Amino acid sequence: MFLLELGGVVLLLAVLARIAVRFGFTPIPLYLIAGLAFGSGGIAPLVTANRFIEAGAEIGLILLLFSLGLEYSARELVGALRSTVTVGVLDLGLNFLPGLLAGLILGWDLVASIFLGGITYISSSGVIARTLDDLGWMGNRETPLVLGVLVIEDLVMAGFLPFATVLLVGGGAAKVGLSIAIAVAIVAGVLVVAERFGPAISSAVFSHSDEALLLGLLGLVLLTAGGTEALNVSAAVGAFLAGIVISGPSADRARSLLVPLRAVFAAVFFVFFGFLVDPASIPDVLLPAAALAVIGGATKFATGWIGAARGGLGRRGRIRAGAALIARGEFSIVIAGIAVAEGAERDLGPLAATYVLLLAIAGPIAARIADRATSRSTASVR
Amino acid sequence: MGTVNETPLPGIGVRYDFDAEGGTRLGVIHHRTGLRELVLYERDDPDTAHDLIRLSPEDSRTLAELLGVSQVAKELAELEADVAGLAVDRLPLDARSPFHGGTIGDTGARTRTGVSIVAVLREGSAHPAPGPAFGLQGGDVLVVVGTPRGIEELAVLLRSG
Repeated sequence: MFLLELGGVVLLLAVLARIAVRFGFTPIPLYLIAGLAFGSGGIAPLVTANRFIEAGAEIGLILLLFSLGLEYSARELVGALRSTVTVGVLDLGLNFLPGLLAGLILGWDLVASIFLGGITYISSSGVIARTLDDLGWMGNRETPLVLGVLVIEDLVMAGFLPFATVLLVGGGAAKVGLSIAIAVAIVAGVLVVAERFGPAISSAVFSHSDEALLLGLLGLVLLTAGGTEALNVSAAVGAFLAGIVISGPSADRARSLLVPLRAVFAAVFFVFFGFLVDPASIPDVLLPAAALAVIGGATKFATGWIGAARGGLGRRGRIRAGAALIARGEFSIVIAGIAVAEGAERDLGPLAATYVLLLAIAGPIAARIADRATSRSTASVR
Repeated sequence: MGTVNETPLPGIGVRYDFDAEGGTRLGVIHHRTGLRELVLYERDDPDTAHDLIRLSPEDSRTLAELLGVSQVAKELAELEADVAGLAVDRLPLDARSPFHGGTIGDTGARTRTGVSIVAVLREGSAHPAPGPAFGLQGGDVLVVVGTPRGIEELAVLLRSG
């Protein structure tokens, strides 16, 4: 029975991925919907495959964050911080506050509202990088800005996750303070290790055998993630930091080796998040989620527009930068997943799922519209 | 060479661009995956890439050949014909070489074999007259000048240190 259920789920995901590719958008919303259908209260609740999917989702989360860390070297992080920090602060202000305020208006407690702020804040680097590539925007002048904003968001998330997780677990002021101190010490410690010993660790893990390299990396990242989790600092942060430590040839090889593995487990992660959400609770949050999506789209557009204007770009570049940044996706779900797992506000899961569903689809569409609106002169050049 | 702007694209690679003499701005994006993209900018809007040409590593090599990067090697080949007893060769550096990640100084090529490394060909572009601090990596092709025997010794040295 277990294999039948799991096989059915995986095959369905394959069909969904195909549909998404066919129409040129991200499969994340479809995975979420599949999760809704299979979870408790869905149309076809699973009985035996849940356990595996739960464990798989944990691995998916770790791989998502690990490959995010692998994407950037410590040098790129510092470079992006230098060049884009003002826009990064603006981005945080414009996109975190709407979620925070919405949570408070809905009558949630402060911690749940902070999580909602994180969910509305963070753009989807996966969806956006894909869109930039699809539309041939990599050469455009606004693209370094867009990528720089994404890098800063990912760094902010590395700080946000341990901080918010500590708040979620709660306890007395002393306990929270101690946990925050531990979190800060870990993040700072790992960055120092990455800077000084990154190449040495990377070459120790490196092997010409793909098998040995893949297993070595997996072991390293699972241990790091488990270690940070044991210290109450969220496994996701450990995985992200492990990714930053690995650099050079190991990272280049690892990126391509991990792609298929991550694709499978990340899909499982999105399905599992859908599990946790009761479909019956979605109609209640539809209105706030839609309103928040409209606001979130507008504030991201404003972020890109202002950032591009500061960089001296013309109107067309500003429109593209704004539209490119709108998409939300995997990392909003990562943040929501942590909150839901710890039993935060009941409406947070469905609200986050609906918000991401809307903006993961609307973002790439907005970028395509911007592309058409801004490339009118192409015809005359050709 | 004109002024070439270098812009890092975090998570993607690096973009180089410059204004060609005809007034068009040209760019090349080096993806970390080895993919290259040739970018042509619009004349009236320097922000917008109006055409993007994707080049596989093989395509980039072909295009580089056509554009004359191999000129260095070609001129050296002519030199070889002129001077008896002097050989010119191209030695590939394997990623498993002990000098992958090292520098030209580390190889001690000149002191140990009497052979000079006169250029390094990397990813379709030539780096002529590299200094001792020049960093080597797997996939590089070293253009070397020396006695045939010295070059043989250097080939062994590059393989096994």
